[in-house]
Amino acid sequence: MIDKLTLYLQFPFVQYALIVGVLIALCSSLLGVTLVLKRFSFIGDGLSHVAFGAMSIAAVLELSNNMLIVLPVTVLSAVLLLRTGKNAKIKGDAMIAMISVGALAFGYLLMNIFSTSSNLTGDVCSTLFGSTSILTLTQAEVWVCIALSVAVVVIFVLFYNRIFAVTFDEDFARAAGTRVDLYNLLIAVVIAVIIVLAMNLVGSLLISALVIFPALSAMRIFKSFRSVTVFSACASVLCALTGLLVSILAGTPVGSTIVAADVVFFGLCWMIGKVKGGVRV
Amino acid sequence: MALITVKDLSLGYEKTVVASGINFTVKEGDYFCIVGENGSGKTTLMKTLLGLKAPISGQIIRGDVLERNEIGYLPQQTEVQKDFPASVKEIVLSGCQGRCGRRPFYSKAEKALAAQQMERMGITPLASRCYSELSGGQQQRVLLARALCATRKVLLLDEPVSGLDPEATEHMYELIKQLNDEGVTIIMISHDITSVKKYASRIMILGGDAA
Ligand SMILES: Nc1ncnc2c1ncn2[C@@H]1O[C@H](COP(=O)(O)OP(=O)(O)O)[C@@H](O)[C@H]1O
Ligand SMILES: [Mg+2]
Repeated sequence: MIDKLTLYLQFPFVQYALIVGVLIALCSSLLGVTLVLKRFSFIGDGLSHVAFGAMSIAAVLELSNNMLIVLPVTVLSAVLLLRTGKNAKIKGDAMIAMISVGALAFGYLLMNIFSTSSNLTGDVCSTLFGSTSILTLTQAEVWVCIALSVAVVVIFVLFYNRIFAVTFDEDFARAAGTRVDLYNLLIAVVIAVIIVLAMNLVGSLLISALVIFPALSAMRIFKSFRSVTVFSACASVLCALTGLLVSILAGTPVGSTIVAADVVFFGLCWMIGKVKGGVRV
Repeated sequence: MALITVKDLSLGYEKTVVASGINFTVKEGDYFCIVGENGSGKTTLMKTLLGLKAPISGQIIRGDVLERNEIGYLPQQTEVQKDFPASVKEIVLSGCQGRCGRRPFYSKAEKALAAQQMERMGITPLASRCYSELSGGQQQRVLLARALCATRKVLLLDEPVSGLDPEATEHMYELIKQLNDEGVTIIMISHDITSVKKYASRIMILGGDAA
C-alpha cells in the first residue's frame, strides 16, 4: 500500500489534489465557529445551493471558466441573504430555504433543458456530491485556489479579534465603535468565497459539513475561541488528507470520503468531550 | 459637567412607542439609576443612549468629554452566549477593541489594561477558564471587567444583578459602588427600587415621574 501511495504521489494531479484539498479544508474550517455560533450555518447551506444554480448556468453557457459567474453570484447572494435575514417581512430562515431550494430547482431545470452533455445525471451528481474534478485540476486552477485561500487566511488573521468581538457580542462591539455591519458583510463574503472554493472538493450538498463539522468537533473538547479555531483548522486538514488518500487508494468518491472522515472525527471528539466533562464535573 | 443630556426623548420600535417624554441629565461622578417594571422600555432606553438604535423623537446630547468609544456597556444577560467557547481573558481583552482603531492586534498596553481590570474585579485566577462554565456572579464580573477596558468614565449597566443569588448581588453592588467612588459615572438599570435606594445618588422611574 505504501508503494502504491508513493507511486501515486509522484503524479502532479495527485499533488495538485492534495494541495488544493488541504487549502480548502483549512479555509472552510476557519469561519466554522463563527458560523455555528452566529446561527449563520443555514446561510452556508443556502449559499451552496445558490452556487449550484450558478454552476448550472455556467455549464449551460459553456463558459470555459465557471468561476467567473459562480463567484460573483454567490457573493451577491451572501450579501442579500445577510441583509434580508435581519429585517425582511419574510423570516430569515424561510427566505433562505426559498432561495436555496429555488436555486436548486432552477439549476437542475436549466441543465436538463439546455445541456448538451450525454451524461446529464452524472454531471448533476458530480456538482452536488463533488466530482473527480479535484483530480483533473490544471495548474492555473491550482494557482487560483492558492491565491483565494491565502486571501481568506490573511483576512481571517488580520480581522481575528474583530471577528471574535462581533461573534461574541454584537451590541457591545457596536457600542464600542466597531463597525459591526461591515464585519458581518466581510464574514458573509468570505463564506461565499469559501463555498465556491469548496464546491470543487466536496460538491455543493456536502459543503456545510466541511464548514461545520470541524468547529463542532473542536467545541466538544476546547473552551477558548483561539484553541477551538486552531484545533478545528488542524482537524479539518487532517480529515481532508485522510479522506483524499483513502479515496485515491480505495477509489471511493472524494467528497463523501472526506465528509465521512469528518463525521468519524466528530464522534471521537464527542466521546473525548464526554469523558473529560465527566471527570471534571 | 453634564456627560449626557436627554431632552423629551421618545423610544420604541418602528411605529410603536415604548416610552416617551423622557428628560434627564447625567453629570460626571453620578450614580444614576433608572427603575421600571419589566417591559417599561429600560433596555430600549439603554440601547438608544448607546446609539445602537435611533430614537423616535427627541434629543440625546453627549458632552464633548465623551467620545463614542468611551462608554462601557454591561448588557442584560442573554442566552446566546451560553455555549460560546471563549476564555475569560479573551472576553475581557475584547473590551479594548474600541481603542485599536485600524490596528488589527492588541498592543502590550491593552493587554496590561485587561490584566489590570481582571485584577480589579478579582477574576485573575479565572483568566483561562471558559466563560460559559462560570457562575452568574463571576460572569457578570467578567463582563464588568470588559466594560472597564472600554471606558474610564461612564458605565451603562443593564440589570447587573438579575439572576444572582443574594450574596453575589451584594458583592456586585459593592463593586459598582467602589467604581463610583473611584470616579466612574454609573448609569444603572434595575427593577428593584429598594436595594437601589441604598446606593444611587439619583433615581429616575421610567413610566412614572422623575424622583
Ligand atoms: N426588538 C424589538 N422589536 C420590537 N419590540 C421590542 C423589541 N425589543 C423589545 N420590544 C418591546 O419593547 C418593550 C420594552 O422592552 P425592554 O426595553 O426590553 O423592557 P425592559 O428592559 O424595561 O424590561 C416591550 O414591550 C417589548 O415587547
Ligand atoms: Mg431589560
